[in-house]
Amino acid sequence: MAIATHDSRIVGKERFVRATPVAELPAPVAMTGVIGWVRASLFAGPLNTILTVLTVLLLIWLVPPIIDFLFVHAVWTGADREACLPTAEHPEVGACWAFVRDRFSYFIYGSYPIPERWRVDIFFAMLAVGIFWLLWLEAPRHDLGALYFFVVVPIVSYILLTGWPLIGLRAVDTSLWGGVLVTIVVSWVGIVFSLPIGILLALGRRSNMPAVKLFSVIFIEFVRGVPLITVLFMASVMLPLFVPDAYSPDKLLRALIGIAMFASAYMAEVVRAGLQAIPKGQYEGAMAVGLGYWQMMYLIVLPQALKITIPNIVNTYIGLFKDTTLVVIVGIFDFLRTVEVSRIDPKWAAPTTSATGYVFAAIFYFIFCYGMSRYAKSVEARLGKADRR
Amino acid sequence: MKRAVTTLALAAAVAFAASAASAQSLNAIKSRGILNCGANGTLGGFGLPDAQGNWTGLDVDFCRALAAAIFNDPAKVKFVALTAKDRFTALQSGDVDVLARNTTWTSSRDTSLGLNFTAVNYYDGQGFLVRKALKVNSALELNDAAVCVQQGTTTELNLADYFRANKMKLKTVTFASADEAIKAYDSGRCDAFTTDASGLYAERLRLAKSDDHIVLPEIISKEPLGPSVRHGDDQWFDIVKWTHYAMLTAEELGVTKANVDEQMKSANPDVKRLLGTEGNYGEQLGLTKDWAYRIVKHVGNYGEVFEKNVGQGSPLKIARGVNALWTKGGLQYAPPIR
Repeated sequence: MAIATHDSRIVGKERFVRATPVAELPAPVAMTGVIGWVRASLFAGPLNTILTVLTVLLLIWLVPPIIDFLFVHAVWTGADREACLPTAEHPEVGACWAFVRDRFSYFIYGSYPIPERWRVDIFFAMLAVGIFWLLWLEAPRHDLGALYFFVVVPIVSYILLTGWPLIGLRAVDTSLWGGVLVTIVVSWVGIVFSLPIGILLALGRRSNMPAVKLFSVIFIEFVRGVPLITVLFMASVMLPLFVPDAYSPDKLLRALIGIAMFASAYMAEVVRAGLQAIPKGQYEGAMAVGLGYWQMMYLIVLPQALKITIPNIVNTYIGLFKDTTLVVIVGIFDFLRTVEVSRIDPKWAAPTTSATGYVFAAIFYFIFCYGMSRYAKSVEARLGKADRR
Repeated sequence: MKRAVTTLALAAAVAFAASAASAQSLNAIKSRGILNCGANGTLGGFGLPDAQGNWTGLDVDFCRALAAAIFNDPAKVKFVALTAKDRFTALQSGDVDVLARNTTWTSSRDTSLGLNFTAVNYYDGQGFLVRKALKVNSALELNDAAVCVQQGTTTELNLADYFRANKMKLKTVTFASADEAIKAYDSGRCDAFTTDASGLYAERLRLAKSDDHIVLPEIISKEPLGPSVRHGDDQWFDIVKWTHYAMLTAEELGVTKANVDEQMKSANPDVKRLLGTEGNYGEQLGLTKDWAYRIVKHVGNYGEVFEKNVGQGSPLKIARGVNALWTKGGLQYAPPIR
């Protein structure tokens, strides 16, 4: 028993309690850091490994020629096609950036008269200020920003761009507009008009008033049922047949109306999806606390509905931005068209001119579309905080 | 429903086309203060904006000449870029006063589309591009040659007809687009590339070594390109037609942009009649006496315009060929101004 006593004494007296935690052993080298990440993400299994190897091979095969074309063998300066032709010293000619540099201002302004181009610059600056004001969260007075963006900018830029001889601004026919200017104007009008009109149409379609509902349904279904090209073509070719010469709307205006109508119809369906996703209880709750229809929509339903439709709204915007290239159908020189026109100019005709022009166009569209998509992502993250709590 | 709308649209179109036709085009243009010219906008040498956004080209200069004749100001033109599909509708609907968009004059277009071709300002036609190294001087030596061509075009049919008519063997290599066809030719898949001659010169510039290739002299199809106007206004038709003839006559008489002021003092009766120092031929057209002077002064004669836009003064370097004056073995011939 003595032993037992002894034991119990030992246990009782010298029971070991560790006051500090054991130092953690580092995780196996193969599971952490770069190696761990590589193992987990790139070589997690046989299939994964094969895919990784194939991808790397593909990159090795693709990337160096692209870099060679875009930078190493590229021609950066020159006055005409001679610069971009292969010679004995440079048998391999890559991208002809000299061509883009020469045509850069044409890509931006189109045929807008050179002495008046400062007006376009001011328009771009005003637009940039407006977008920044509205999108930057810490910016003061968003209400003023909205007024500026949706009222001041359209009026001022309309006067600025088309001209007003009374105040000394020479009139500039819209047939002279072109390049990035047209792309921005068309997509801006489409984006600005499509959301409010789309919301009204979506509400109209879910309305209990038969006339409003019928109108909305007919508008949405009709516009969605016809290709944009058809609408633009009809607007540009058929319209002049019906109205007298003097009242025939401007070609660009016809395209703007067509695009705005089109985008609105699509936006209406996007917003309607959001409205339908809101539980009935939200509507009933709003009505129970005595809110009227517009208050209910403005305060309770739309904020939730729009939040869940942001990805789709931005999707529509990006699609719209790229769809603006279709205005070439009616002979308007949008950005892509100015690139097209320039690449076939005999002055710059060379083996790589076309490819360079298209690469430049791709970069332009990518920057804008990716910018929209990133901003939308941050908005989603901000608005989605409540859902993740 | 759809049929009703279409019928309505057509009826309205016909009604308006008729009313537009009886209107005096010249007066309408004068009161508007600007000429609406349907142009191409995508064809180098014929209608294309340059780096500053100014329109350039043979057809473009034709419209400038018209504006110069009417307004004494070649800048009073609004160029409306038209695609091949909407060009005729634009003319019919009154969107443009004249269509100068490298349009081939054919009987069906002239008779069934409600328009009149005025004159031919460029005789185009299908030709062949070959490597100099091939040492071929005539299309008739192309027996057994592989020819790159865009598929589904009249070009392809003309090619087959030509080879069959001359009892030569042909290997066609067809492509969906002209871009692909010229690439294939450049990479050596074919001995020759064929399309309209004006296009051949433009495509040649895209080749890696354009100087190693020549355009053969044979033209195997007729593609007369010219400006057209709506039916129903003969005065306007005459003005457009004689604007071209005035430019030809000026070249024939040696009246150029540079010497036109001197030529005003010329004793040559033909020059006097052209420049309006004698007779009132411009007024008979509904313009002023010095209409042709204005054209040459502001735009130049046909030869100058040709060389500047598509000839030796341009990268295209198209030879005059059939577009030379009749006095130099070409087809360009103007009736006398008297």
